[in-house]
Amino acid sequence: MLRFIISRLLQAIPVIFIVITATFFLVRAAPGGPFDAEKVVLPEVKRALEAQYKLDLPLYEQYFAYLTDLAQGELGPSFKYPGRSVNEILFSGLPVTAELGFYALLIALIIGVTAGVLASLKPNTRQDYIPMSLAMIGICMPSFLLGPLLVLVFGIYLEWLPISGWGSIPGDKILPSITLGAAYAAYVARLSRAGMLEILSQDYIRTARAKGLPEWQVVSKHALRGGLIPVIAFLGPAFAGLLAGSFVVETIFQIPGLGRFYVQAAFNRDYTMILGTTVFLSTLIVLFNLISDVAAAWLNPRLRSQLSGGGK
Amino acid sequence: MSLLNVENLEVSFVTRNGTSKAVKGVSFTVEPKQITAIIGESGSGKSVSCYALLGLIPSPPGRIDGGVASFEGQNLLALSEVELRKIRGSDIAMIFQDPMTCLNPYLTIGEQLIEPLLIHRNLSRADAKTRAIELLNEVGIRSPDSTFDSFPHEFSGGMRQRVMIAMALINEPKLLIADEPTTALDVTIQAQILRLIADLQKHRDIGVLFISHDLAVVSDIADQIVVMEQGEVVESGAPDAIFNHAQHPYTQKLLAAIPSGERDSGEAKGDTLINVRNLRTWFQASSDSEPVKAVDDVSFDIHRGEILGLVGESGSGKSTLGRSIMRLAPITSGEVTFDEMNLTALAGRHLKNFRSRMQMIFQDPFASLNPRMTVYDTLAEPLLLHNICQRANLDQHIAKLMDDVGLARNFIRKYPHEFSGGQRQRIAIGRALATRPEFIVADEPVSALDVTIQAQILDLLMALGREHNLTMLFVSHDMAVIRHIADRVLVMYQGKVVEAGPVTQVFNQPQAPYTQSLLASIPGAAML
Amino acid sequence: MTTLQSSESADLLENAEMGASLWRDAWQRLRKNKMAVGGGITLLLFIVIALLTPWLAPYSYEAQNLDLGASPPSAAHWLGTDVFGRDVLTQVMYGGRVSLAVGFIATAVALLIGVTWGAIAGYVGGRVDAVMMRIVDILYALPFMIFIVLLMVVFGRNVLLLFLAIGAVEWLTMARIMRSQVQSLRQQEFVEAAISLGLSPAAIIRRHVIPNALGPIIVYTTLTIPSVMLLEAFLSFLGLGIQPPQTSWGLLISYGAETMEEYPWLLIFPGLALTTTLFSLNFLGDGLRDALDVRGSKD
Repeated sequence: MLRFIISRLLQAIPVIFIVITATFFLVRAAPGGPFDAEKVVLPEVKRALEAQYKLDLPLYEQYFAYLTDLAQGELGPSFKYPGRSVNEILFSGLPVTAELGFYALLIALIIGVTAGVLASLKPNTRQDYIPMSLAMIGICMPSFLLGPLLVLVFGIYLEWLPISGWGSIPGDKILPSITLGAAYAAYVARLSRAGMLEILSQDYIRTARAKGLPEWQVVSKHALRGGLIPVIAFLGPAFAGLLAGSFVVETIFQIPGLGRFYVQAAFNRDYTMILGTTVFLSTLIVLFNLISDVAAAWLNPRLRSQLSGGGK
Repeated sequence: MSLLNVENLEVSFVTRNGTSKAVKGVSFTVEPKQITAIIGESGSGKSVSCYALLGLIPSPPGRIDGGVASFEGQNLLALSEVELRKIRGSDIAMIFQDPMTCLNPYLTIGEQLIEPLLIHRNLSRADAKTRAIELLNEVGIRSPDSTFDSFPHEFSGGMRQRVMIAMALINEPKLLIADEPTTALDVTIQAQILRLIADLQKHRDIGVLFISHDLAVVSDIADQIVVMEQGEVVESGAPDAIFNHAQHPYTQKLLAAIPSGERDSGEAKGDTLINVRNLRTWFQASSDSEPVKAVDDVSFDIHRGEILGLVGESGSGKSTLGRSIMRLAPITSGEVTFDEMNLTALAGRHLKNFRSRMQMIFQDPFASLNPRMTVYDTLAEPLLLHNICQRANLDQHIAKLMDDVGLARNFIRKYPHEFSGGQRQRIAIGRALATRPEFIVADEPVSALDVTIQAQILDLLMALGREHNLTMLFVSHDMAVIRHIADRVLVMYQGKVVEAGPVTQVFNQPQAPYTQSLLASIPGAAML
Repeated sequence: MTTLQSSESADLLENAEMGASLWRDAWQRLRKNKMAVGGGITLLLFIVIALLTPWLAPYSYEAQNLDLGASPPSAAHWLGTDVFGRDVLTQVMYGGRVSLAVGFIATAVALLIGVTWGAIAGYVGGRVDAVMMRIVDILYALPFMIFIVLLMVVFGRNVLLLFLAIGAVEWLTMARIMRSQVQSLRQQEFVEAAISLGLSPAAIIRRHVIPNALGPIIVYTTLTIPSVMLLEAFLSFLGLGIQPPQTSWGLLISYGAETMEEYPWLLIFPGLALTTTLFSLNFLGDGLRDALDVRGSKD
């Protein structure tokens, strides 16, 4: 197992390296330098600024300088917010985004798994159709539409919940978490339904029934574990999606998280910020994919023994 | 009093396309301490009848329409799900056909074994474990302690079936229902499991309901045989009566379908058509692992006009050998000559042209036909590819092929999924014959078919072989089939040929120990 | 050997019972699925409207009526008008043209790259396959959503680039599906039978592999279109996709969201158009999946 994790980590390294390199050169290839827009800047000031940000060096030297900084965990200064480093900005936004993502994922898992499992137990009945139709709505209702609609209904017409902010008014975390989690709840519901249906048609479920196990034990003990492996494997990609989704949700609800900073940086052409955030988020996503892969493999005894023993 | 007495059982399946009756008024009994065998082909309703007793048919679409099944004074069919659950796994236990899929891959063997004890007996886990290990020992598992904590994938099919049997017996059931428990196993393993079931049954005084498609298998162990056809019991009686004085035409047909006797191979065979020298086909899974030696240094000849039987169990390399000769599997080293032409050296256009001279018939007629092509297209492909005929008289040639393999001509525009297994195998045979080959590799061509269909296809192959003067390599795991169809036989074991010779000689005076054990494992030797 | 009379052979095909191909069976099954049929019809309707928008639209795309301002739905403007007095129905129709075009064209890009890539990897196998699929694996692990945002920032908001970027993300799944199809088909006995008949690899792919791989490809194409449209709408919402003077449903929703307190119809109608289309495509895709009996690898 350890060997599997290490080999997956080794595979992740080139991916992260490609991300860093591609992002670096893409950003550098962008037409216009970061200070072109500000016409008031005098040529000598501009030169001084460029020297400060190492923009006067040849491209490859800038690249190696950036890599050296990165190796020390240093993402460089922000172009737009002089005096603040990208690290500082990232770490001020990270806890907020992490909390938002955590609630959204929790909602997605609890609602999704429950709905999917219930649907799979009585396929093609009302118990299947109703949750699955809701799931379809969840998939077809993107967060940037659901968010405003929720705000309109619960925030503006009913005035039940605050419509923006994060952690300043009680209850202001509810709408953003639901907005972000809804689509993933729908995916999880479809995944767990399909996974459970597959497992419930296996011969060993019949064996379990032939032993006289009550139905709830057949489901909880024999079916759930195999049926939910696809959900575990989905958590990695879901995490990447949640981060991207946080761009929208944080913009709609004006939440000071990573996603909002990223979008702002994109509009401000704050290159070091874009570069730093991309590298940071990409690394997180690659790591999460890795974790969910390893977890899914760990849950399968056959894979587990293959991976740990290298034998059999 | 009978242990189980089933009367007029009726089961139907209700689907959107209508209701189909799967079981039509079936009656049978299982006496205490005896084995009742239900025999039938696919679709006979034999499994449905037994599953219905324990409420194990999926409902909907399954529905029990009527009947009585008395077991110890209760009517099983009238019990509620909760009451039935108390009987399942305690008084009545089951074992199933495919041990590879019947154990939960996510739970340890031990966890699955003790489950019936925990549910029905309220035993503590420690006591349950002691009992489980005892039973593992009894069903012949060598290291029961470590087995208890292992997962199913660490065991072979035979071992898993032993675990299944231990699990079924753990609560001392009075009735054991065994649904084709040996069908998925190799013949030597089958013999062991059958012996185990018979022994356990004798020592424990349980009644057994044994479902099978194979008369030969049940002839050794059954006290009572019930023959089913299309949802009805057509005949029942003691094995002796069934085998020697069958009344019903269907039973007679089943008996006649059991491959028996040896082919009259008195005539001298022709010159050597195919010569295989030191053939090796190894597969390398990854660069640092040991290669799998599927075929390892095999040499033999095939004479013109003969049927050479190639027998072996799963994993013996027999199919790979056939596919290597056909140039479908990559040959590692060695040489195959066909009519003094080196097949191993052929490539490109030469190989393509040569392929018309040798053809293959595959095991699974459901997989060997392209589901998107009509019979017409399937048969036209080889005819046009090898310029056997012009487009103008293509229809005539296809009609002739249909006649040859015994298919009605008006089926010509149908697709494979509209045919039965036997009909599909006929189409596949027609395709193989279309190129007018001299040599055919038949890879288990009848093992996916029902017994009566199997007999028809074997007859067809033998007749076509005579008519077209075909040379054939007939690959099979079934000794009786090989004995019936082949002139000479090769026995393969772990990639090597362990014995070769005329059928009469190999079957009557086997030299290799492996051949001897294979022959000893053939079911129904005494009865047939 | 007996030779048949030609008159007899003429009967052969005339008297033959017509078989039901798997396509016809699938069509029959699909027709019974009301949701899928409904989705298909709705989609067709939307496509026709999109194609004929310049003739069907009640107002011209540029027409403004600043005096009117934002007005709720009325007889003259069925879906109301926006703050510049532009007809919302007209806006939604023109936006639909762009959204649907992005959906179909980017999917076509994904289909072309993915199917070719997957078919080559699956059929050639061995080392070529290993290298090609490793590339797909690496690309899979890249956080593409972030990359698209980056691309849009760096190179400006260019529709062509948007097609390419979205197509470049979605081809990965298509390539995986195609490869696994080709691989499993390659091991089917009917392909081995074709090899032993002496058919060339090209003929085997054309006659035996593609017709059998078509089902899953159709299904996943149908399911890729909505995810592509979502991606476009997402980027447009963030202001990184389609730019004025062009418009799309995502952009309309983004404008609508800004003024939803006063003029909710500006949010609701474009939103309705987008969700209805996504619904139709997903139901059609699910229906096709069931009808063609494709086992889902995703969801």
